[in-house]
Amino acid sequence: MALLELCGITKSFGAVTAAQSLDLSIQPGEIHAILGENGAGKSTLMKIIYGVLQADAGTMSWDGQPLHIENPAQARAYGIGMVFQHFSLFETLTVAENVALSSGVSVARATTHIERSGARFGLEIPAAAKVHALSQGERQRVEIIRALMGDPKLIIMDEPTSVLAPTAIPGFFGIVRDLAAAGCAVLFISHKLSEIRTLCHTATVMRRGQIVATVDPTETSQADLARLMIGRDIPHPKRAVATVSDTPILKVTDVTVADDNPFGTTLKDVSLTVHGGEIVGIAGISGNGQQLLAHVLSGEIPLSPGQGDIVFDGRPVGRHGVAERRAAGLAYVPEDRQAQGSVPELSLTENALLTGHMAGLIQHGLIRRAAATAFSERCIDDMDVRCAGTGAEARSLSGGNLQKFIVGRELALTPRLLIAAQPTWGVDIGAAQAIHQKLVDLRQDGLGVLVISDELDDLLEISDRIHVMFRGQLSASIPRAEAREDVIGALMAGSFAEAVAAS
Amino acid sequence: MTETLTFLLSGTLLAGTPLLIAALGELVTEKSGILNLSVEGMMAVGAIFAFMVVTGGGSYWVALAAGGMAALVVAALFAVVVIFTLANQVAAGLAVGILGLGLAGLIGDPFEAQTVPPMPKLPIPGLAGLPVLGRGLFDHVPVVYLAPVLALATWLMLTRTRLGLLLRSAGENPDAANSIGINVRFVRFCATLYGGFCAGVAGGFISVVSATLWADGIIAGRGWIVVALVVFGTWRAGRIAIGAYLFGLATLSGLLVQTTGVAIPSQLLTSIPYIVTIVAIALLSMNPKLTWLNAPVSLGQPYLPTK
Repeated sequence: MALLELCGITKSFGAVTAAQSLDLSIQPGEIHAILGENGAGKSTLMKIIYGVLQADAGTMSWDGQPLHIENPAQARAYGIGMVFQHFSLFETLTVAENVALSSGVSVARATTHIERSGARFGLEIPAAAKVHALSQGERQRVEIIRALMGDPKLIIMDEPTSVLAPTAIPGFFGIVRDLAAAGCAVLFISHKLSEIRTLCHTATVMRRGQIVATVDPTETSQADLARLMIGRDIPHPKRAVATVSDTPILKVTDVTVADDNPFGTTLKDVSLTVHGGEIVGIAGISGNGQQLLAHVLSGEIPLSPGQGDIVFDGRPVGRHGVAERRAAGLAYVPEDRQAQGSVPELSLTENALLTGHMAGLIQHGLIRRAAATAFSERCIDDMDVRCAGTGAEARSLSGGNLQKFIVGRELALTPRLLIAAQPTWGVDIGAAQAIHQKLVDLRQDGLGVLVISDELDDLLEISDRIHVMFRGQLSASIPRAEAREDVIGALMAGSFAEAVAAS
Repeated sequence: MTETLTFLLSGTLLAGTPLLIAALGELVTEKSGILNLSVEGMMAVGAIFAFMVVTGGGSYWVALAAGGMAALVVAALFAVVVIFTLANQVAAGLAVGILGLGLAGLIGDPFEAQTVPPMPKLPIPGLAGLPVLGRGLFDHVPVVYLAPVLALATWLMLTRTRLGLLLRSAGENPDAANSIGINVRFVRFCATLYGGFCAGVAGGFISVVSATLWADGIIAGRGWIVVALVVFGTWRAGRIAIGAYLFGLATLSGLLVQTTGVAIPSQLLTSIPYIVTIVAIALLSMNPKLTWLNAPVSLGQPYLPTK
């Protein structure tokens, strides 16, 4: 008998139908993939199963019995656990307090559980650390540990590998297989085809709120899955030979900065260069200081004397703030598109003005409405952003489309150097490819591009050279030709840092 | 000199106690994400109801409880308006506060300028006989001893208990709290009622214990100092306690200056405690990281669970 059976589930938000008569059947111990691009309705479906949202129509059954879930507490009582993509953690609470809060146990018991899961599944996390001090990857570990707390029969994982290092993914798959072997069904939401083919027993493919196919992923080729998912073949960025400038655009020398955050990573003697016409990638497991490096490079954390040098376009800018660096031609796409990259409540035009005000959109202190709208239209057209127009609120866009808009906005300022932190985090294939192609085009145009990303596949696809960060240290760069997954993987595990310590 | 010191200690505790009680209630309310700006009005309502109970022959404890319950009813009105009908918390807080002040004045009109006998003191055996400190710190009504205990209990509750986690989660990220099965609106409702009760007890303390009389406007802006104490105390019980007693001390400084015979306008003297408190706690809270770590992120924002 099926563990969970969905029949005709439908959910609309205003005029948008996010889920249209969905039928789904999940067996005990089955690893079941839900595959689809952002905005295909995967998250809506999961939220209905977990009781965060209520379906407008349709029925669900659990072990053959009708299932009515009005809130997540009821879902958990049935044995349904969830690992959210946009984490539902409380930042000012500690890891142990977060786990205790949702599972109803004491903080002391939660601490024991965290340490045990950490040891058993390789989900190491300091139980006493406050969540705001953790990286995205670490936060996900907390979410997984929290979901495992209730011994669930079904665990829903929303894009779980998007924040894991490649070296951590086989181990993570081991956890998922162990769970399934123990009889716990897993709903695995992802857009990464190779992972689904490696891990899952069944794959349900969604597109625009509908189920388009249910297939055995081990028997279906990656190309076929992709076609089902996006309705066409996956494009790869076209690379041509680019002319690398003789002098570097960005030269970072021996930057050593301690994080304000007591749990943060300290940058140690970080040096790197970016020339015009090349893409430099920074790989590494999240939480190794990439966030701090991005803030130091963008100017959010200016350097003090003795903390190293940053030379941009021949001028020292280490002590300059964000505005001065931007004015000099440095564009920055921050890691968190909703918290840093945009103001979700404002329209796209207003969001374009946030950084676009330098491009002549302000005259005598007044906004030139027509110019601002035209500027934002150009961003939308350039990046093929799917939205309701320049007046649409930023929060109404899917993650991928909002990210494309932000990239477009930064590029419309014709920078000399673009720094992008996690440009494709949680973004669907179509949007990721569009962003990659844009970065590669920029390189051809002679711009310098620095990409900081946890997604090694992406870096391997677009970078000319790759550095690896480990515990605040940066490895020497590996040229594209030598950058194989196993080479970078070893660096990500810290092999170079040990060599430094030994010498 | 020793007389002055005893007077300072004793007066500090007496003046600081109602502020501390009300501020600890407001702290709990704000931690759940509700900004209650009607503390002044709730204290006034508590003050008149407590005064009526004592005038009618009731005990002081019953009077304080009655003051608390009366303010709780006003808080319930505020809570329904902001939590269930999603009214703007600032506007609703001001409106309910003005309503409370007016209500207290109306009900209290027949009692204007009447007095009540002081609440019996409870000297702590052994300690009350100490020189200077004894009469300064250990010869008070029992409520004065209970206020620091309440501060400690509130701190423990917020940091060490599940109840504290529930409150903080509702105030920090109501959507996430809802997604893990916490009834955010219920938590916020209870926290608002509790805050109202504390404000009422504090108001009652002012009318029947420290002033022992009823006069319209007896709260005299102390409800606003309470709101300021919570913010400048960076939502931490210990700092709020320091701020409350500091205000108590500053209240006395005006009296002391008068005894020296220096001619200073009385309006300036009465404004000293307010100025001193604001300046001192502003200095105490200069560290932005403290605010960042302790402020309830969704304070003042209405919350409607998605369906």
